[in-house]
Amino acid sequence: MPIRIVTTHLEFEGQVYEQRVVLEGDEPAVWDADAKLGVVGQPVPRVDGRERVTGGAQFTYDVALPGMLIAVGLRSPHPHARVASVNAARAEVAPGVRAVYTRFNTEGLINPNGERPIFAEEVVYQGQEVAVVLAETRQQAIDALRLIAVEYEPLPFVVDPEAALAVEAPHVQTTRENNSIGEDWPKIYERGDVEKGFAEADVIAETRFTTEAALHNSMETHGGVASWDGHTLTLWSSTQNIYGARQQVAAALGLHQNQVHVIKRYLGGGFGSKFDAHNSGLLAAWAAYHLGRPVKYMLSREEENLAAGNRPPSVQTYRIGAKRDGALTAIELRAVGNVGAFGGWFSPVSLPAKEMYLCPNVRATDAPARTNLGTQGSFRAPGVVEGIAGLEVALDNLARELALDPLELRRKNYAPSYQIIEKPYAVKTLREAYDRGAERIGWATRDAEERRYPRGRDSSLRRGVGMASQFWGGDGGPPAQAIAKLLPDGSAVIVTGTQDLGTGTRTVLAQIAAEELGLPLAAVRVELGETEFGVFSPPSGGSMTLASVGPAVRMAAAGARREAMEIVSHLAEAPIDALDVRDGVILNRETGKEMGSLGSFLGQLEGHEVTARGMRGPNAEEVIVRTFGTQFAEVEVDIATGQVRVLRVVAAHDCGRIVNPLTFSSQMEGGIIQGIGMALFEQRIVDERLGVSVNPNFGDYKVPTIRDVPEIEIITVGQPNPFANTLGALGAGEPPIIPTPGAIANAFAHAVGRAPHGLPLTPDRVLALLAE
Amino acid sequence: MPEQTTATRRPIRLTINGAERVVDAETRATLLDTLRDDLGLTGAKLGCDMGQCGACTVLVDGEAMYSCLLLTVEQEGRAITTIEGLAANGELDPIQQAIIAHDALQCGFCTPGQALAMRALFDRTPHPTDDEIDRALSGNLCRCGAYAKLRTAARSLAGR
Repeated sequence: MPIRIVTTHLEFEGQVYEQRVVLEGDEPAVWDADAKLGVVGQPVPRVDGRERVTGGAQFTYDVALPGMLIAVGLRSPHPHARVASVNAARAEVAPGVRAVYTRFNTEGLINPNGERPIFAEEVVYQGQEVAVVLAETRQQAIDALRLIAVEYEPLPFVVDPEAALAVEAPHVQTTRENNSIGEDWPKIYERGDVEKGFAEADVIAETRFTTEAALHNSMETHGGVASWDGHTLTLWSSTQNIYGARQQVAAALGLHQNQVHVIKRYLGGGFGSKFDAHNSGLLAAWAAYHLGRPVKYMLSREEENLAAGNRPPSVQTYRIGAKRDGALTAIELRAVGNVGAFGGWFSPVSLPAKEMYLCPNVRATDAPARTNLGTQGSFRAPGVVEGIAGLEVALDNLARELALDPLELRRKNYAPSYQIIEKPYAVKTLREAYDRGAERIGWATRDAEERRYPRGRDSSLRRGVGMASQFWGGDGGPPAQAIAKLLPDGSAVIVTGTQDLGTGTRTVLAQIAAEELGLPLAAVRVELGETEFGVFSPPSGGSMTLASVGPAVRMAAAGARREAMEIVSHLAEAPIDALDVRDGVILNRETGKEMGSLGSFLGQLEGHEVTARGMRGPNAEEVIVRTFGTQFAEVEVDIATGQVRVLRVVAAHDCGRIVNPLTFSSQMEGGIIQGIGMALFEQRIVDERLGVSVNPNFGDYKVPTIRDVPEIEIITVGQPNPFANTLGALGAGEPPIIPTPGAIANAFAHAVGRAPHGLPLTPDRVLALLAE
Repeated sequence: MPEQTTATRRPIRLTINGAERVVDAETRATLLDTLRDDLGLTGAKLGCDMGQCGACTVLVDGEAMYSCLLLTVEQEGRAITTIEGLAANGELDPIQQAIIAHDALQCGFCTPGQALAMRALFDRTPHPTDDEIDRALSGNLCRCGAYAKLRTAARSLAGR
């Protein structure tokens, strides 16, 4: 089949990339709202549920190979220091120890992106690698770690982002001229004339809002298990990106990519933190290659929380101008971010200010700073979660000054089209989400006395209702490939190279294939998570897996079905147009008569597997495809103790076609629960005098438990989105977390009559706010 | 700084998923180490190694316990049930069935611990209230946030 090379645009984590991709053939027509589908749209339980409830699911952390060595890391206790010497002589001869790696014996070992040595002379954050011990058992490695003597020469450090941007600030890294993340930062976006906008305003509301570093805390930490057999390096990696990991390992070891096989069977969470092989996986690969023994390096929880990424803290300062009727005239935002030691990029905290509400005059500055803390990493809708929280709180502050209903203020400033470049939204159903969510939460009675003061005004309990909304991409894009095979018995294997993070990818892909092939779900098997046997799929992130890989699976299945029907047509001596296949049975379209199972035909051929390839086609260029949603939260605040509880969340979201309502609602609930964590508990706490994090564990960094989970109601708004892809489906991974912290912050403000200055709403902060 | 010690080992008799086993346990080994490294039972996970997350939960004489906090040498004669022993003769336990049916899991890393914590709850309280469910599962962290559906699954088992 002839190929073509197409330039298309892909949005990933708030950034738009132009990329050239190879395509072949034509995708099937879009499943529109009228499509009659039997398997797609059904709330079927996960196809791999059994493995996950029996202990049969093999995570990277569970891989054990004969002769495997265990690696344990020694990391810098200092935020900034020169590693003058590392004396590992005693550790090297300790029982069971086979190697100790430091900067003095790992020349050429660089990090996955090829930017810098993994073991540096100058360590620039607490938790940076200094040494790794490899021993026969984990306990032996831990014992030997204590025998390593490191001489550090401490250097000046800075952990506050605003201080880091000052001219006289200590340099985060002595080899760099300043603490900016690059020459083109800070970035300033402008449209219209902000000064004119403020001059026209009747009211100007100012808001300063902070968010703290949130740690991903995937239950399975980062890491890998590597084995080298002289020809092939196999890496079991806890990654969201097996093809990226393959490329990185091959480059690091000087191997051909066909000598590196990356496997990710089951992944214990990622949330955006696992887009590469990680230093730990690369170290395992390096050690296995050089020692000729399998090596396992999984991070400890503490290492995970110091050195595996975070949602960077933000300081957002808004000025919003409006006419008396609520129409926005100007938005100005300065967002300072704390991206840690190596920076890289800054997640788009300013995006909501530019896009969420209709406003002709906007100036938004993103000013990230490097500091001597662990480097940021993308975390479930990076930037936009914290940006929406700040913007929505600022908007509620404006509503109070205007004495307008917050929901009315948002309706008044509804953005009908994309404002960053003039393009229409393909579909925008946010008004419907407002209506349906408001009805379910009881927005109209939010000020009722008995609701605000459930135990009377003498009690310390106050309740409030607030809301916030979201936009996000989620339409995915090419490149993504799939292969569909029909075996002689009429069962199917779908081959992809994607990753299932726990979102249910394997299940929805099986549903799509079963639908297109006319097979029962049980007759379809989906392969994923292996580079050697799979075909290229993008990293699983950016809410793009279903919307990228799903259409490729559908196209492959359509091709396989076409060939299968040609075979049946020949064997049955019936015109192909007269044939259909449903539930694995061939039917005569006109008479409805059953002609036998698909397998009874395919099995007549000697040694033939029907095989077809599918590729995700290009994205629509003329429109902007978005998910939209809104959430309403009801909270209870005890003004005596400062404790905040979320009582209820109503979430109304449009993610296009819902392939599986059961796993979709799990995604929604999971995002909302993480959002509750960010709103109420989660923060990396840094001792500014020492430059170190003091809570890199689950005891002092609180993530939500089941007792923190309120009643959650999910409302599905909208229809299959014909502009998105041939499924009409959009991703649902990130949208649900985006509005939750902002909705809770606004509900809190409604409850106590005072807007918070930031998140999380811990009791100490709440009491301090109430005492102001 | 402690000197390198020579590990000492001791034979320990345990009943693991109904079968009697004698393990040669290093005195510092936790029950989790023994299950995973010596017996190949990798369903119990290490999420924190300090009793804060519950991913290592197993049943010890019928009670849900954090196996990362138990020394194997102190478990002489105890009956341990791991997730691998919850299904009988290939038939899933009703708790496992309910978790699948209600999608009370996402990545599945914490699921073995959740399932065993739930088993211990239902063994002692066949018809738990919502508060009893929440208390019984509050020591098992799930970062994907399957909590709402874990509650639904538990309610269904409680006959609600």
